[in-house]
Amino acid sequence: MNFKFQKKKITGILSILPENEISFEEEIDNYNFSKTQSMKLKLVMGYDKRRVVKEGTAASDLCIYGLNYLFDNGYLRKDEIDALVMVNQVPDHFMPATTHIIQGKLDLPQEMFCIDIPQACAGYPIGLQQAFMLLEQENIKKVVVLNAELLSLKTSPADRGSRPLTGDAAAITIVENDPNGKTIYSTADFDGRRADALIIPAGAGRMPSSAETAKLTTDSNGNTRSLDHMVMKGDGVFNFVLNEVPEMIERVLGLAGRSKEEVDYFMFHQPNRFVLKKLADKLEIPYDKMPYNIVELFGNSCSPTLAVNLTYNLSEELTRGKHLICLAGFGAGLSWSSMLMEMGNLDFCETIDYK
Amino acid sequence: MKENILSFLAEIRPECDFENSMNFIEEGLLDSFDIVSLVTSLDEEFKISIEGTDIIPENFANLDSIERLLLKNGAKR
Repeated sequence: MNFKFQKKKITGILSILPENEISFEEEIDNYNFSKTQSMKLKLVMGYDKRRVVKEGTAASDLCIYGLNYLFDNGYLRKDEIDALVMVNQVPDHFMPATTHIIQGKLDLPQEMFCIDIPQACAGYPIGLQQAFMLLEQENIKKVVVLNAELLSLKTSPADRGSRPLTGDAAAITIVENDPNGKTIYSTADFDGRRADALIIPAGAGRMPSSAETAKLTTDSNGNTRSLDHMVMKGDGVFNFVLNEVPEMIERVLGLAGRSKEEVDYFMFHQPNRFVLKKLADKLEIPYDKMPYNIVELFGNSCSPTLAVNLTYNLSEELTRGKHLICLAGFGAGLSWSSMLMEMGNLDFCETIDYK
Repeated sequence: MKENILSFLAEIRPECDFENSMNFIEEGLLDSFDIVSLVTSLDEEFKISIEGTDIIPENFANLDSIERLLLKNGAKR
């Protein structure tokens, strides 16, 4: 599905990374790789460092920490937030929604729209789309989009397909109306027929967690996990990304009547180095216009990775001057989303540590 | 070309006998992680980028299929 938004802008982006850093070397014995495989995969996939929360930290903690940072530094006032939109798959609780917890703990105004969207790696553009739609309402002037994910809590320590790449993070993006804003082009597509390609089988209504679902089993690829853990069908997901994402990028460029050469940066979700380089090759995008370093530095944190990619790699560019940016997210659902927009002169574009 | 492929396979899985295998995938000589490693080595060696949608197990079943894959993606003998 294609979207067009008029007179909207992003005014600031903040990424929040847990302080706790784990290296691939520390965990290498968990993964049943030979030493040769490990060293090769470290280079090829980007297995290196990842940031994960300490036990007891929840998604709202990272968001509240970041919001307090914005309040304390004068980037945002409590009384000007009209809506909280949160994209998240590992909430604080099943009930109530995490945005409500954040609203309560920060003592934010009661007259505020709060909504949680259970989207995964395609969630950054999707959260922005929802925020832009809310800004069509007369009494909504400023929307705070929260992306927060703690998938480290849902990956098995012995799942070599996903664990070495999984990180935790949160991001806060402020979205407002802009009378001079150029048209923003966007897409979102979904295919629930492939829902089992990335799934946490147990723990919710279909299969509540039990002693049975917590039992560990080892699959034919040597990954040990339980039904309470995330399962990724690596081959299926890889082919999904390489088939759907290039078509999506061509489509969003076509909607805007722009060429790849006119785009300053292609800022994509960060699953692993191998997939991103293959995507860049297929799209014929130079690597310096499509960063792929986030997974090796911080891990793949699902929907927040795209924001981390922006704040870590383009902080200076996005606070000084404007650029044509193409965003793309893709993952569980299956879902894939994009956005082509002029972005820049941001009030803030920073990466901070959660302490 | 097959010599090069064999040397990369031996580097990735030194314990396996690729020359006497009928199907690297079915016989468990290569898993998806090995394929990713092999693709990266072959891309660098032949200065190509194997198309992502070609990275499917069938194309890595034996030396002939890997050679065909390389030629399809522009590798020179």
